[in-house]
Formats: sequence, C-alpha cells, structure tokens
Amino acid sequence: MTSHLDGNVLAGTLSELTGTDPSDTMSQCLGCRDVSPLAAELVFGTPDAWVVRCRHCDDVLLVVLHHEETTRVTLDGVRWWTDLA
Amino acid sequence: MRRTGHVDVWKAATVVAATQLTPSGRSLTLDAPGWGGNLAGQHADVRLTAPDGYQAVRSYSIASADAGDRMEIAVDRVPDGEVSPFLVDAIEVGDQVEVRGPLGGWFVWRPEDTEPVLLIGGGSGIVPLMAMVRAHEAAGSTAPFRLVYSVRSPQDAFFADELATATGVEVTWIYTRRAPDGWARPAGRLVAADLQALEAAGDEAPSVFVCGPTGFVESVADTLVAIGHDPARIKTERFGGA
Repeated sequence: MTSHLDGNVLAGTLSELTGTDPSDTMSQCLGCRDVSPLAAELVFGTPDAWVVRCRHCDDVLLVVLHHEETTRVTLDGVRWWTDLA
Repeated sequence: MRRTGHVDVWKAATVVAATQLTPSGRSLTLDAPGWGGNLAGQHADVRLTAPDGYQAVRSYSIASADAGDRMEIAVDRVPDGEVSPFLVDAIEVGDQVEVRGPLGGWFVWRPEDTEPVLLIGGGSGIVPLMAMVRAHEAAGSTAPFRLVYSVRSPQDAFFADELATATGVEVTWIYTRRAPDGWARPAGRLVAADLQALEAAGDEAPSVFVCGPTGFVESVADTLVAIGHDPARIKTERFGGA
C-alpha cells in the first residue's frame, strides 16, 4: 500500500480490543494538542501493522499491531482518549 | 491472553448475488446470519482464508443500509491487489467469506438528520454515499441531499442507472477523462469552481461527506475549506488499494 488511509479502517481491529466501535472516539495529540476523532487521523501501513499519525502535525499517535489474533496498541503520542464525542 | 468474548466476532457470509457494475467493478450481496443491519456509510471487514490457512482482511464500504442480515458491497479491482481481484473476478454466488461489523460510527448518515447534506464521491468512493442516498430515499427524508460524483468516464460509474432515477437527491456528474458527447463541462478534475457553482444554488451550509482515493479526498477537502466550508462539518473516508 503506497498511500495513507484514515482511522475509519481501524474500526474492526480496535473494536476487538475495546469491545465497541472506536471511530468517533476523540483523542488529543501529545505533540500539538490537536483534538480529533480517531476516524479522521491518518493511517499508514498494512492490516498487520498500522501507524496512526496526527492529522495536524504528523506525529505518531498510535501503533496497532495485529498478529495471530492478538492486537497490541502503543499509545505513545496520545495525551488522552475519550468516548465523549 | 485473548478474551474469550471475542472469538465469534467474525460471521460467515454467503454471496447471494453478484453483478458487474463496470469493467473493473462488481457488486456482491452478502448474507450473514446475525449481521443485524447497518447504518448508511458504515463498512465491513471481509476476511478470506486460503486453503493453507493464510488469511487476508480488507475493509469494504457497504452500499446498502438495510435492517436485515444482507449487505451489498461494491469492489473495484486493484490490479496488484491481494483481495480485490478475487472478489471482482473469481468469487461466485454460493461462495463463503467471513465478515466483521458493521463498523464505523463517524462517517454515517442517519435518517433523523435533517440538515442539508453534500456528498462528494470519487470513483468507487461512491459506495458509502450510495448507502446514504438509498437510506435518504427509503426514509422519505426531506433533508436536502446533493451528490457530486467524479468518475473518469461514463463507463466507470457505479450505480448510474439507479442514480438517474433516484428521488430526493440532486446529482452532479464530474467526468475527469472523457465526458459524454455534448456535455457542457469539459472533462477535467473536480475544482473549486465546480463546488462554488453548487454554493450559488443557495443551500445553507451543508454537512459534507467526501469519499474516494486518498489524493481525491485530500484535494476535495482542501478545496472545500478554501471556499469557506467549516472543517468541522467535513467528514472524509479514504480508499486504499488492496
């Protein structure tokens, strides 16, 4: 895949972890403090390894790894994350 | 350790109808017992499993917005893709895949929404917007609905016949490579003037849904903001190649 997608594509993978669809959850970028719905963030990679970048400053927010039916998410670039849309 | 409650997230789905939409695009209607319906604009993850156990998952937008267990997806073949050539060229009625969803609670239109809506689709990006057009019509919604559909040529359009007769939506066609004979607008990419011409029609500021390939979506979103649309009222969904 040569181009990025957006957070809409993460709904299935992350819902396995969160139990609900996270598309309209809001998070804040630790770097630039932009607040966005997950669906609007920029997503690079493949279904096995997604890198989620801030739509505003391009910093890495999350890395989502999926391997053998297990999902692991690093949240290094997220200041907070809420389901309050 | 995996939590046990999630093992049934994938549902078996049977292909119950298949229709060629364009030379590279195909509609598949899937029946997935327990699916339970979806909102207009949502997508499904589709999982294929090869005989050797290898699995591939891709997300496809749903063109239908029904309450039951059936959904229509529409797939455009990506020549070097891993999944789309199989769905366009090989899978047949009666074959099974697995689906997960419905997914996506952000890029959706609900029949109770009353504000004006502007839908802008590029290529196969029409699919979730078609679900919104269908849901709008099925609900008898009076929310003003306008669709701008950008395709390379008339032969590349998904759902052209249905859009020609759809009620409650005003459709503007943008042909980027070849327009029909006698078409007033020369073939060319969607530009600010095309969208400003819509503005002149006098709508109050609409909610905007943009879907298509990444380059299309970003170009259109930037143009919308440049001509005065509120970024907070623009929702986007990008299509990848797979």
